[in-house]
Amino acid sequence: MNNTNEMLLEIQSLSRNEGFARMVIAGFVAQLDPTIEEIADIKTAVSEAVTNAIIHGYNSGDGKIQIYCRIIGRDVFIEVRDTGEGIENIEKAMEPLYTTRPELERSGMGFAFMEAFMDELSVDSKLGEGTTIKMQKRIH
Amino acid sequence: MENKTKKTKNTTILQLREGVKADFEIVNRCLIIKLLEELDHHNALTIREQSDKLITGRNVKDIIFDFTGTDFMDSSGIGVIMGRYKKIIFAGGQVAVTGVNQSIDRIFRLSGLYKIIHKYDSIDEAVNKFTP
Repeated sequence: MNNTNEMLLEIQSLSRNEGFARMVIAGFVAQLDPTIEEIADIKTAVSEAVTNAIIHGYNSGDGKIQIYCRIIGRDVFIEVRDTGEGIENIEKAMEPLYTTRPELERSGMGFAFMEAFMDELSVDSKLGEGTTIKMQKRIH
Repeated sequence: MENKTKKTKNTTILQLREGVKADFEIVNRCLIIKLLEELDHHNALTIREQSDKLITGRNVKDIIFDFTGTDFMDSSGIGVIMGRYKKIIFAGGQVAVTGVNQSIDRIFRLSGLYKIIHKYDSIDEAVNKFTP
Protein backbone atom coordinates (compact mmCIF):
# COMPACT_ATOMS: atom_id res chain seq x y z
CA MET A 1 0.00 0.00 0.00
CA ASN A 2 1.44 3.35 -0.97
CA ASN A 3 -1.08 5.93 0.06
CA THR A 4 -0.18 9.55 0.60
CA ASN A 5 -2.19 12.23 2.29
CA GLU A 6 -1.52 15.62 3.78
CA MET A 7 -3.07 18.36 5.90
CA LEU A 8 -2.20 21.82 7.14
CA LEU A 9 -3.55 23.52 10.23
CA GLU A 10 -2.90 27.09 11.27
CA ILE A 11 -3.73 28.22 14.77
CA GLN A 12 -3.30 31.37 16.76
CA SER A 13 -0.62 31.10 19.44
CA LEU A 14 -2.98 30.47 22.37
CA SER A 15 -2.57 27.79 25.02
CA ARG A 16 -6.19 26.73 24.63
CA ASN A 17 -5.36 25.61 21.08
CA GLU A 18 -2.84 23.01 22.30
CA GLY A 19 -5.49 20.38 22.91
CA PHE A 20 -7.16 21.17 19.60
CA ALA A 21 -3.89 20.73 17.67
CA ARG A 22 -3.25 17.37 19.36
CA MET A 23 -6.74 16.16 18.52
CA VAL A 24 -6.55 17.22 14.87
CA ILE A 25 -3.26 15.38 14.31
CA ALA A 26 -4.49 12.30 16.21
CA GLY A 27 -7.65 12.32 14.09
CA PHE A 28 -5.68 12.63 10.85
CA VAL A 29 -3.27 9.83 11.75
CA ALA A 30 -6.18 7.56 12.76
CA GLN A 31 -6.53 6.49 9.09
CA LEU A 32 -3.38 4.37 9.58
CA ASP A 33 -5.10 2.47 12.38
CA PRO A 34 -2.35 3.14 14.92
CA THR A 35 -2.20 1.58 18.39
CA ILE A 36 -3.29 3.60 21.42
CA GLU A 37 0.38 3.89 22.35
CA GLU A 38 1.37 5.24 18.91
CA ILE A 39 -1.40 7.85 19.08
CA ALA A 40 -0.32 8.84 22.60
CA ASP A 41 3.27 9.23 21.37
CA ILE A 42 2.23 11.53 18.52
CA LYS A 43 -0.13 13.57 20.72
CA THR A 44 2.63 14.13 23.26
CA ALA A 45 5.20 15.13 20.62
CA VAL A 46 2.78 17.58 18.94
CA SER A 47 1.81 19.01 22.31
CA GLU A 48 5.46 19.65 23.21
CA ALA A 49 6.23 21.30 19.86
CA VAL A 50 3.14 23.54 19.93
CA THR A 51 3.73 24.48 23.57
CA ASN A 52 7.33 25.41 22.73
CA ALA A 53 6.12 27.63 19.90
CA ILE A 54 3.68 29.42 22.21
CA ILE A 55 5.99 29.87 25.20
CA HIS A 56 9.40 30.24 23.57
CA GLY A 57 8.67 31.19 19.96
CA TYR A 58 6.11 33.88 20.74
CA ASN A 59 6.89 34.43 24.44
CA SER A 60 3.18 33.79 25.17
CA GLY A 61 2.28 36.71 22.87
CA ASP A 62 0.56 36.91 19.50
CA GLY A 63 1.55 34.82 16.50
CA LYS A 64 0.53 32.01 14.17
CA ILE A 65 1.58 28.38 14.36
CA GLN A 66 1.37 26.02 11.41
CA ILE A 67 1.08 22.31 11.91
CA TYR A 68 1.63 20.29 8.78
CA CYS A 69 1.19 16.54 8.58
CA ARG A 70 1.93 14.21 5.70
CA ILE A 71 1.37 10.50 5.48
CA ILE A 72 3.46 8.44 3.07
CA GLY A 73 2.74 4.75 3.29
CA ARG A 74 2.98 4.03 7.00
CA ASP A 75 5.24 6.97 7.79
CA VAL A 76 3.89 10.09 9.46
CA PHE A 77 5.78 13.36 8.95
CA ILE A 78 4.86 16.28 11.15
CA GLU A 79 6.14 19.85 10.99
CA VAL A 80 5.38 22.51 13.57
CA ARG A 81 6.39 26.00 12.45
CA ASP A 82 6.41 29.36 14.11
CA THR A 83 7.79 32.70 12.94
CA GLY A 84 8.76 33.81 16.41
CA GLU A 85 12.01 34.50 18.22
CA GLY A 86 13.98 31.44 17.18
CA ILE A 87 16.30 29.36 19.35
CA GLU A 88 19.70 30.78 20.22
CA ASN A 89 21.41 27.49 21.01
CA ILE A 90 19.57 24.43 19.65
CA GLU A 91 21.98 21.93 21.18
CA LYS A 92 21.51 23.43 24.63
CA ALA A 93 17.73 23.67 24.18
CA MET A 94 17.57 19.95 23.42
CA GLU A 95 19.42 18.93 26.60
CA PRO A 96 17.05 17.18 29.01
CA LEU A 97 16.08 19.35 32.00
CA TYR A 98 17.49 22.50 30.36
CA THR A 99 15.00 25.34 30.30
CA THR A 100 15.18 29.08 29.81
CA ARG A 101 11.90 29.48 31.70
CA PRO A 102 12.23 27.89 35.14
CA GLU A 103 9.95 30.60 36.56
CA LEU A 104 7.13 29.18 34.41
CA GLU A 105 7.84 25.75 35.90
CA ARG A 106 8.98 24.37 32.58
CA SER A 107 10.50 20.94 33.16
CA GLY A 108 12.98 21.09 30.27
CA MET A 109 11.70 17.73 29.03
CA GLY A 110 9.94 18.88 25.85
CA PHE A 111 12.58 17.94 23.29
CA ALA A 112 13.48 14.80 25.25
CA PHE A 113 9.86 13.60 24.91
CA MET A 114 9.72 14.49 21.21
CA GLU A 115 12.90 12.47 20.67
CA ALA A 116 11.69 9.56 22.78
CA PHE A 117 8.25 9.28 21.24
CA MET A 118 9.09 9.89 17.56
CA ASP A 119 11.54 8.04 15.31
CA GLU A 120 13.21 11.16 13.90
CA LEU A 121 13.44 14.75 15.09
CA SER A 122 15.14 17.78 13.61
CA VAL A 123 15.07 21.44 14.53
CA ASP A 124 15.57 24.34 12.13
CA SER A 125 15.75 27.70 13.81
CA LYS A 126 16.97 31.17 13.05
CA LEU A 127 17.06 34.00 15.56
CA GLY A 128 14.36 36.52 14.77
CA GLU A 129 12.85 34.35 12.03
CA GLY A 130 11.35 31.39 13.82
CA THR A 131 11.56 27.67 14.39
CA THR A 132 10.45 24.58 12.49
CA ILE A 133 10.31 21.23 14.24
CA LYS A 134 10.28 18.21 11.90
CA MET A 135 9.32 14.84 13.26
CA GLN A 136 8.74 11.44 11.75
CA LYS A 137 7.21 8.24 13.05
CA ARG A 138 6.44 4.91 11.44
CA ILE A 139 3.07 3.40 12.34
CA HIS A 140 3.37 -0.38 12.65
CA MET B 1 -15.38 31.70 40.11
CA GLU B 2 -16.89 30.93 43.49
CA ASN B 3 -15.92 28.25 45.94
CA LYS B 4 -18.53 25.99 47.46
CA THR B 5 -17.29 24.28 50.56
CA LYS B 6 -18.82 21.16 52.04
CA LYS B 7 -17.43 19.92 55.32
CA THR B 8 -17.81 16.43 56.73
CA LYS B 9 -15.66 15.38 59.69
CA ASN B 10 -12.07 16.10 58.67
CA THR B 11 -12.71 15.99 54.93
CA THR B 12 -13.19 19.17 52.96
CA ILE B 13 -14.46 19.03 49.41
CA LEU B 14 -14.00 22.15 47.35
CA GLN B 15 -15.94 22.45 44.15
CA LEU B 16 -15.39 25.14 41.59
CA ARG B 17 -18.39 26.02 39.50
CA GLU B 18 -16.78 27.25 36.33
CA GLY B 19 -13.70 26.26 34.35
CA VAL B 20 -13.35 23.08 36.36
CA LYS B 21 -9.99 21.49 35.62
CA ALA B 22 -9.81 19.45 38.79
CA ASP B 23 -11.64 18.61 42.00
CA PHE B 24 -9.76 19.37 45.17
CA GLU B 25 -10.23 17.50 48.40
CA ILE B 26 -8.37 17.68 51.68
CA VAL B 27 -8.23 14.64 53.94
CA ASN B 28 -6.44 15.39 57.19
CA ARG B 29 -3.48 17.36 55.80
CA CYS B 30 -3.36 15.59 52.46
CA LEU B 31 -4.45 17.52 49.36
CA ILE B 32 -6.05 15.30 46.74
CA ILE B 33 -6.10 16.81 43.26
CA LYS B 34 -8.49 14.86 41.05
CA LEU B 35 -7.59 15.93 37.53
CA LEU B 36 -10.57 16.23 35.19
CA GLU B 37 -8.82 17.66 32.14
CA GLU B 38 -5.67 16.90 30.19
CA LEU B 39 -2.63 18.12 32.12
CA ASP B 40 -0.96 20.27 29.45
CA HIS B 41 0.47 23.80 29.47
CA HIS B 42 -2.99 25.34 29.13
CA ASN B 43 -4.55 23.60 32.13
CA ALA B 44 -1.31 23.60 34.14
CA LEU B 45 -1.64 27.33 34.82
CA THR B 46 -5.05 27.04 36.52
CA ILE B 47 -4.27 23.85 38.41
CA ARG B 48 -1.04 25.35 39.72
CA GLU B 49 -2.81 28.47 41.00
CA GLN B 50 -5.68 26.61 42.62
CA SER B 51 -3.39 24.06 44.29
CA ASP B 52 -1.01 26.65 45.68
CA LYS B 53 -3.85 28.58 47.29
CA LEU B 54 -4.85 25.44 49.19
CA ILE B 55 -1.28 24.35 49.98
CA THR B 56 -0.48 27.59 51.76
CA GLY B 57 -3.97 28.41 53.06
CA ARG B 58 -4.80 24.96 54.45
CA ASN B 59 -1.48 23.84 55.86
CA VAL B 60 -1.21 20.94 53.42
CA LYS B 61 1.51 18.36 54.10
CA ASP B 62 1.16 15.70 51.40
CA ILE B 63 -0.28 15.84 47.86
CA ILE B 64 -1.96 13.20 45.72
CA PHE B 65 -2.44 13.79 41.99
CA ASP B 66 -5.22 11.50 40.79
CA PHE B 67 -5.32 10.85 37.03
CA THR B 68 -8.44 8.66 36.99
CA GLY B 69 -10.41 11.40 35.22
CA THR B 70 -7.87 12.20 32.50
CA ASP B 71 -5.80 10.34 29.95
CA PHE B 72 -3.18 12.86 28.82
CA MET B 73 -0.21 14.62 30.31
CA ASP B 74 2.90 16.15 28.72
CA SER B 75 6.06 17.79 30.07
CA SER B 76 3.98 20.68 31.45
CA GLY B 77 2.50 18.19 33.93
CA ILE B 78 5.98 17.22 35.06
CA GLY B 79 6.58 20.90 35.78
CA VAL B 80 3.37 21.17 37.83
CA ILE B 81 4.18 18.12 39.95
CA MET B 82 7.83 19.13 40.44
CA GLY B 83 6.76 22.63 41.47
CA ARG B 84 4.31 21.36 44.11
CA TYR B 85 6.88 18.81 45.31
CA LYS B 86 9.36 21.62 45.97
CA LYS B 87 6.73 23.42 48.06
CA ILE B 88 6.08 20.58 50.49
CA ILE B 89 9.32 18.60 50.61
CA PHE B 90 10.99 20.89 53.14
CA ALA B 91 8.16 20.34 55.62
CA GLY B 92 8.56 16.59 55.26
CA GLY B 93 5.67 16.17 52.83
CA GLN B 94 5.34 13.56 50.10
CA VAL B 95 3.80 13.47 46.62
CA ALA B 96 1.91 10.52 45.13
CA VAL B 97 0.14 9.82 41.85
CA THR B 98 -2.83 7.49 41.41
CA GLY B 99 -5.02 6.23 38.57
CA VAL B 100 -2.17 6.58 36.08
CA ASN B 101 -2.77 5.07 32.62
CA GLN B 102 -0.08 3.49 30.47
CA SER B 103 0.92 6.57 28.46
CA ILE B 104 1.07 8.87 31.49
CA ASP B 105 3.07 6.17 33.29
CA ARG B 106 5.62 6.25 30.46
CA ILE B 107 5.96 10.04 30.82
CA PHE B 108 6.68 9.59 34.54
CA ARG B 109 9.19 6.81 33.91
CA LEU B 110 11.01 8.73 31.15
CA SER B 111 11.23 11.89 33.21
CA GLY B 112 12.67 10.02 36.20
CA LEU B 113 9.93 11.46 38.43
CA TYR B 114 9.32 8.11 40.13
CA LYS B 115 12.60 8.65 41.96
CA ILE B 116 10.91 11.30 44.09
CA ILE B 117 7.18 10.55 43.91
CA HIS B 118 5.18 7.42 44.72
CA LYS B 119 2.64 5.64 42.55
CA TYR B 120 -0.39 3.90 44.07
CA ASP B 121 -3.36 2.15 42.49
CA SER B 122 -5.99 4.08 44.42
CA ILE B 123 -6.43 7.31 46.34
CA ASP B 124 -7.37 5.35 49.47
CA GLU B 125 -4.13 3.40 49.34
CA ALA B 126 -2.12 6.62 49.02
CA VAL B 127 -4.03 8.38 51.83
CA ASN B 128 -3.45 5.42 54.14
CA LYS B 129 0.26 5.43 53.35
CA PHE B 130 0.51 9.14 54.14
CA THR B 131 -1.67 9.24 57.24
CA PRO B 132 -1.40 5.91 59.04
